Amino acid sequence: MTLHEGAATGRRLDRMLTINGWLVFAFLYLPILVVIGFSFSGANNVGTWGGFSLRWYERMLGNGPLIHALQNTLWIALFSTIVATVFGTAAALSLDRYRRWVSKGTFDAVLYMPVIIPDVTMAVMLLLWFTQIGLPLGRGTIILAHIAFNISFVAIVVRARLANMDPAMEEAAADLYASRWATFRRVTLPLIMPGVLGGGLLALTLSLDDVVITSFVQGPGSTTLPVHVFGLIRRSVTPEINAVSTLMVTASMILVFASLAIQRRE
Amino acid sequence: MTMLDQRPDSQQEAANPELERRAERRESWRGFFHAVPAYAYLIAFFVLPLIIVFVFSFASRGRTGRPILDNWNLDAWTKLTEPLVSTIVGRSLFVAALNTVLCLIIGYAFAYWIATRPKQSTRTLLLILVLIPFWSNFLVRTYAWRILLDSDGYITQIGEFTGLWGRMLFTLPAVFLGLLYGFLPFMVLPLYAAIERIDWSLVEAGRDLYASGTRAFLKITLPLSRPGIIAGSILVFIPSLGAYVTPDILGGAKTTLLGNFIVTQFGAARNWPFGSALSGAILIVMVLTTILYFRSGARTL
Amino acid sequence: MEHDVASTEREAGAPGAPPEPAKPAPMTVGVVAVGLHGVTKRFGEDVIAVRNMDLEVRDGEFFSLLGPSGCGKTTTLRIIAGLDYPTDGSVQIYGEEMGLKPPNKRPVNTVFQSYALFPHMNVEDNVSFGLRMQNVDQAEVRRRTGEAIDLVRLSGMEKRRPNALSGGEQQRVALARALVNQPKVLLLDEPLGALDLKLRQAMQLELKDIQHEVGISFVYVTHDQEEALTMSDRIGVMNEGELVQVGRSEDIYESPANLFVAGFVGDMVFLPGEIAATGAVRLKGGEIVQARTTAAPGTSITLAIRPEMLDLYGERSEAPSGRNAVAGTVTRRIFLGESLYYKIDIGASGVFDVRVENVPSAKRWAVGDAVIVDFHLEAATAFAE
Repeated sequence: MTLHEGAATGRRLDRMLTINGWLVFAFLYLPILVVIGFSFSGANNVGTWGGFSLRWYERMLGNGPLIHALQNTLWIALFSTIVATVFGTAAALSLDRYRRWVSKGTFDAVLYMPVIIPDVTMAVMLLLWFTQIGLPLGRGTIILAHIAFNISFVAIVVRARLANMDPAMEEAAADLYASRWATFRRVTLPLIMPGVLGGGLLALTLSLDDVVITSFVQGPGSTTLPVHVFGLIRRSVTPEINAVSTLMVTASMILVFASLAIQRRE
Repeated sequence: MTMLDQRPDSQQEAANPELERRAERRESWRGFFHAVPAYAYLIAFFVLPLIIVFVFSFASRGRTGRPILDNWNLDAWTKLTEPLVSTIVGRSLFVAALNTVLCLIIGYAFAYWIATRPKQSTRTLLLILVLIPFWSNFLVRTYAWRILLDSDGYITQIGEFTGLWGRMLFTLPAVFLGLLYGFLPFMVLPLYAAIERIDWSLVEAGRDLYASGTRAFLKITLPLSRPGIIAGSILVFIPSLGAYVTPDILGGAKTTLLGNFIVTQFGAARNWPFGSALSGAILIVMVLTTILYFRSGARTL
Repeated sequence: MEHDVASTEREAGAPGAPPEPAKPAPMTVGVVAVGLHGVTKRFGEDVIAVRNMDLEVRDGEFFSLLGPSGCGKTTTLRIIAGLDYPTDGSVQIYGEEMGLKPPNKRPVNTVFQSYALFPHMNVEDNVSFGLRMQNVDQAEVRRRTGEAIDLVRLSGMEKRRPNALSGGEQQRVALARALVNQPKVLLLDEPLGALDLKLRQAMQLELKDIQHEVGISFVYVTHDQEEALTMSDRIGVMNEGELVQVGRSEDIYESPANLFVAGFVGDMVFLPGEIAATGAVRLKGGEIVQARTTAAPGTSITLAIRPEMLDLYGERSEAPSGRNAVAGTVTRRIFLGESLYYKIDIGASGVFDVRVENVPSAKRWAVGDAVIVDFHLEAATAFAE
């Protein structure tokens, strides 16, 4: 393929772009690697190397409130992800398959806004709303909030998958005597499954990572790991945070690779 | 399943416009029911909260800072013009805009580089390398700079040794660094998607028609990647405008941005109506930008 | 049988042909497999994809719907399949009203243009899908699936996924997947469009053989007139949502119903003119030629002649008498191997395209030669504008 010959990039420019590319990668990765590295340092100070040690991990595992926050985080993430994935997938199907019922613009806007809205604004909105309708802040409101921002992400990912699907697939199933349900079950769902799982993993990641919205709508005892860590960072930086951070980054990486593996499997 | 499906075969009648309309309406309802859970949810926990923000911004402030839905006034909105507040708003706009431009310049060169690697496998691998930080915890990534920029951290030591910079932590440059770091992947991904989709034979055609490399880029490549530029810019600008975690961890008292200022209104300052007005202002900017995006999207698609 | 088919056509019986015997009563016509009566399909307010269409496809017949893209032929097929519902009119399959029955309740199957093979299933599962959806018992499913795969000569590929098959193989899977259900009518939407020329020609013959073997009606949508002429028992030509002519390949080619069909099916030379007297046409340059026409004197017409019906002579005296002869000059010669194409300028009257078989006896002309274009009066048809 001569696909990229036409890019017409001169050799010198190309070399500059390459240098820039690797510098950007260094910029993206070095800080994370530094955190991971220092999490294995025995020193009491976060920025200095004190020999290899696992003491901060031990300390982390023995930290009651931290473990409690972690458990909270996992439950909240799991529950909000499942609901958001079901709702988001149904919405994507509706938007892709049955266009006529409402104007495209309005509903696209409602669907896309939660993606670009700043966390703080969404947090304020939900806090005001929850207090107004009298919902007690706690795990429940955190889950409600996480579902609210995750539906959109799932819907967008699933819709991208649906857009690549030949509509004749479903017609062929119907032509071959499949009922609507059988068509969905045997043809549509298997074909959009990578999108559904990908969207679900993205939702899971976002839920595991959220700080600002959760910190606004949480109640006593319902705090999540990132919010807890954020509080620790604001108070004072300790090497224990490095260990927790490493844990969180590792979790994210596992999720990325899981997601990529699913998307690649046809 | 539907009434029609259950009708015995013998009762099938020939089509007429009324029957077709009924069938179409049935399809519409089916679509509507699919979307109901998601949209009912989004109305309950996104649209209504969005409206309530504006309602509360006209409410009066109670003793605890909570809004009282009485005595409607414009106090919160007029407060936006106070010098202290407008300084913060101006600073936030400046920070968000500059961050967007920086992300765009660096991200464009970067995305262009990835998109022009000849082998598909190389492109995929590089893209995965971008996805990892994109998916990694934002808090952790910001926190990493806290360590790097610390007074006894290496970057500070290098700066002091060369005399080029001093201690950066808790200054505006640190905030910029953090925002650039945090939002760069959000710029790169849509840009990459747009650039990769470009049909390079168009650029070749341009070169064939005597355009110089630069002209071909400005007249062909750049306009063709416009959807990515717009999408990326929105994904960076709006969240930067309301950034809270980054300035909170890396900035100081003199670098307060809108995000922190809003949070303060719901905390120490105890002024929920004013916090609502500030959030409302961001929402207005966001809605306008979104409309602009869909307008331009409709044009370019 | 064939005579029956031809004689019931509204366009049957070219002018000049011996008068037809009295038309047989409709009851004696072969069984109607697919009957469309007054079918109209609108999309939105102003798009009319199919306009008041009447069509009868007979039992066991290979029927092609031919027309340019956007003429409504695919929509017609989708209406028969139940994938689109008609706005108005009746759709019957073997006399049973289909109305707005969903596709899964209709005794027809479709071969899709994109094949629409399920990528997550292997060949066997694709082919058996319809049977499994109808809850046919397992042994029966296995037997019929095997037979269908044999029929399209794909034995040994049962476990492959569609993306591991060539275009031609995918096409066969699509065919087997539809035929295994023993539909009363098979609907095919440009099934050969994605194949290259050689494979397409081979598949045309194979499709025809398979149709013979299974003995059911095929309704075949195509924009390729050569394909339609090759395969069909009868052809329906569509234009702008209307069925403009129905007939056997010969009828369509030799006696096009109007200018559109004349131009769409096969090559045609068109010359503007007007009717000078009954059966005589005056071309723009003043030449008078004789042609088949029903138009009244004074009407503006377009004269249509097939290029292969034209002969070239050096002198008027060499041309056989009792035929049309027009003088012109060779302006272009194109060598096509089996034949030669000449462009003959006849001044104000226009330009003739003439095809001459490349046989040893054929005289070759050079650019600039003065020639006489000669054709039988039956070869020219004048269509009123």
